[in-house]
Amino acid sequence: MQFFSRNFVKISFVLVFLFNISTFAYAGGGDKKDEKFNPGEMIMHHIKDSHEWHLISLGDTHVAIPLPIILYTNNGLDVFFSHDLFSAKKGEHKEHSKEHKDGHDKGEHKAEEGKKDAHHEFQVLERGKNIYHFSHDKITMADGSPVWDFSITKNVASLLISFLLLVFVFTSVAKAYKKNAGKAPKGMQSFFEPLIIFVRDEIAHKNIAHNADRYVPYLLTVFFFIWFNNMLGLIPGGANATGNIAVTLVLAFFTFIITLFSAKSTYWKHIFAPHVPIPLMLILIPIEFIGIFTKPFSLMVRLFANIMAGHVIILSLISLIFIFGAMSAASIYGVAPLSIAFSTAMMGLEMFVAILQAYVFTMLTSMYIGQAVEEPHHEEAAHH
Amino acid sequence: MDLIKPEFGLLIWQTIIFLAIIFVLGKYAWKPILSGLKDREDSIASALGEAEKARTEMQKLTSDNQKLLDEARSEREKILKAAQKTADELREEAKAKASSEVNKMLEDARKVIESEKQSAIASIKEQVAILSVEVAGKILRRELENKDRQQLLAADIIRELKVN
Repeated sequence: MQFFSRNFVKISFVLVFLFNISTFAYAGGGDKKDEKFNPGEMIMHHIKDSHEWHLISLGDTHVAIPLPIILYTNNGLDVFFSHDLFSAKKGEHKEHSKEHKDGHDKGEHKAEEGKKDAHHEFQVLERGKNIYHFSHDKITMADGSPVWDFSITKNVASLLISFLLLVFVFTSVAKAYKKNAGKAPKGMQSFFEPLIIFVRDEIAHKNIAHNADRYVPYLLTVFFFIWFNNMLGLIPGGANATGNIAVTLVLAFFTFIITLFSAKSTYWKHIFAPHVPIPLMLILIPIEFIGIFTKPFSLMVRLFANIMAGHVIILSLISLIFIFGAMSAASIYGVAPLSIAFSTAMMGLEMFVAILQAYVFTMLTSMYIGQAVEEPHHEEAAHH
Repeated sequence: MDLIKPEFGLLIWQTIIFLAIIFVLGKYAWKPILSGLKDREDSIASALGEAEKARTEMQKLTSDNQKLLDEARSEREKILKAAQKTADELREEAKAKASSEVNKMLEDARKVIESEKQSAIASIKEQVAILSVEVAGKILRRELENKDRQQLLAADIIRELKVN
């Protein structure tokens, strides 16, 4: 850890460089033969969840870590590796109408019209009684029966890695506290201690007037979970977990639940019986009521959008090289250095955003909890 | 858009993993870390308080010392002064005593001398008387060695007696 903190800048640069290289590798290798380089598709592929952990493609060789596919169908549980899915044979066109049940597929149909076959591809995998259709990283049943997909996707795998990392890092920090109890912090402990104290004192204690210590563990968990996952997302080949709405939804949901369950009567009174004339109440009560839900909703969207957007910008800057490269090979020499310089700067910014968003999420969570646990006299003092 | 539609499987996994993280970190990381931090902060605070207390105690002690020293100094001064006074008094007294003694001795000496002188004078007088009688006797014996002279003297004395 000492090594890490001392060489933070150097390591960051290496990471940025590697990331750029790997993006080249994908973008360069992915668009082979017939197809033109499609930046939108490449970017989507990078920021969306996937059933396999794609690392690199060289020509026709895809290097990917196979991940377990866990499906629950009418015929029971089915577990196999993603490799089977990705190497399954191409499906026939006629089956297509069956698999599309969701409304959002309409858009795909429209898009199809322009691009014809490119978007229509799907793969068919037969396992026992089940016949799966696999298209755009989505698994459906050939007969239209429901399928519950509990696969360990790239994001789930990344979350599991972050779990192990968090547990490893913080249990060893905890051990350090036992080992040099009463002494000055050392090594990794001294790296994390200021952050832990910051979360405890500046985030929790400043915003939560009563029983703040009860919420400190949750706030610390949220802060480091988001920060670690943001950073993992920036590592070349990493998954974009915190830039996925399902992940941020769960985080925001936990905050929502904790806020609701720790809310005191003052909080509800403030929402359903504010100290205002009755006509104003008619407007204020619905607004305050909606506010209960918009607060966690904003948490969800803010984190998701910030992290996803960061990835999109970096990938777009890298894509510029290939867009220009497709127009004329010579222009690569002009565009590439600029594009790399910009994406490197963006990468630095993203590393800042990684901790900033962790801070913002934790800060707002503690503010919402603070509002919920407010005691009457504090409330009066604050509002009158 | 797939992007803003949460996947059900991922939701479930994230819930499980996040709960596990909250539980594991809460039990095995935050609890010992926060209590360790608190213990250290408490010990530092108490050490600082103790140092402050020791400092005030020290200050009090120093001022006490100073007071004691001052007291001792003034006491010494007082004692010295008293001693000086006593010594002076003693000296005066001794001087007075000595002079009176001397005077007395002088007086005595004078008295002795006087009495000695008187006795010496008396003894001289006696001596002179004795000597005078002896001389007178001797002279008389010589005068009265022959009859003529005895008669003459006797006649003189008688004549003198007659005169008277």
